[in-house]
Amino acid sequence: MQNFTPISALLGGALIGISAFLLFWFNGRIAGISSIMSGLFTTSGPNRHWRLSFLLGLMLGAGLWQLLATDTFSLRQDYPTTLIILGGFLVGFGTRLGSGCTSGHGICGIALLSPRSIVATLIFMASGLLTVYLIRHVFQIAA
Amino acid sequence: MNLLFSALLSGVIFGLGLSISQMINPDKVLGFLDIAGDWDPSLALVMAGALAVAMPCFRWARRHDKPVLDSRFHVTDKTALDKALLTGAAIFGIGWGMTGYCPGPAFTSIAIGNREALLMVASIYAGFWAAGFFNRRN
Repeated sequence: MQNFTPISALLGGALIGISAFLLFWFNGRIAGISSIMSGLFTTSGPNRHWRLSFLLGLMLGAGLWQLLATDTFSLRQDYPTTLIILGGFLVGFGTRLGSGCTSGHGICGIALLSPRSIVATLIFMASGLLTVYLIRHVFQIAA
Repeated sequence: MNLLFSALLSGVIFGLGLSISQMINPDKVLGFLDIAGDWDPSLALVMAGALAVAMPCFRWARRHDKPVLDSRFHVTDKTALDKALLTGAAIFGIGWGMTGYCPGPAFTSIAIGNREALLMVASIYAGFWAAGFFNRRN
């Protein structure tokens, strides 16, 4: 557990919780990023505009942290492109089919005590753990 | 305050949260999912921190008829644990484990000049499109 960062994890998590609450309390919207991303091209008018605004905010927030932070992580090098393309496709396909991702189900849905979200979160956590186990320890790719 | 400003503010705080917690680092996420390796439990505390705030706040918000700037809370009334939910979640988890990116960190990472994340986001959109096609056929 040498990489464990409990303070920054709790602090960052609390900010994510505040953000999800703000969007819900003011806009009445779930901060589910897969839905916000996909809705960017499937909705129009004000329904598209708030999504665009939120997504720009995400990038602004990260950019702001880049300016303020004293030490940032270094981007990983040489991760297999095939894994990114295939994995990215599965993330997009799975989140649409299952109506949500880590933010929508894992944070907002669980905060609303939705049984669908609790079950979805347990399933994607389990399949994520299993996938990493297979990739790293069975097939020994990209460890 | 209008709808666009509140969405922007919410996005900025979310982006800061993902950055401070280091969830925009795919190695950090894979470190959490790798329980058989050098396990990093940080992501569990990100969720715990988020839920500790969101749970009481959402509960309080739901006691009101509507949000501040809209006529209703946009919440699904679906309750069934159907096949789409279960298989979709399982497929998402596989992609997450393969890459270390879920949609939020992938999109956010574009801002820090991460080219891998740009490819990830493009692939996610291909997946969205395929799911839309799949849903229309079923």
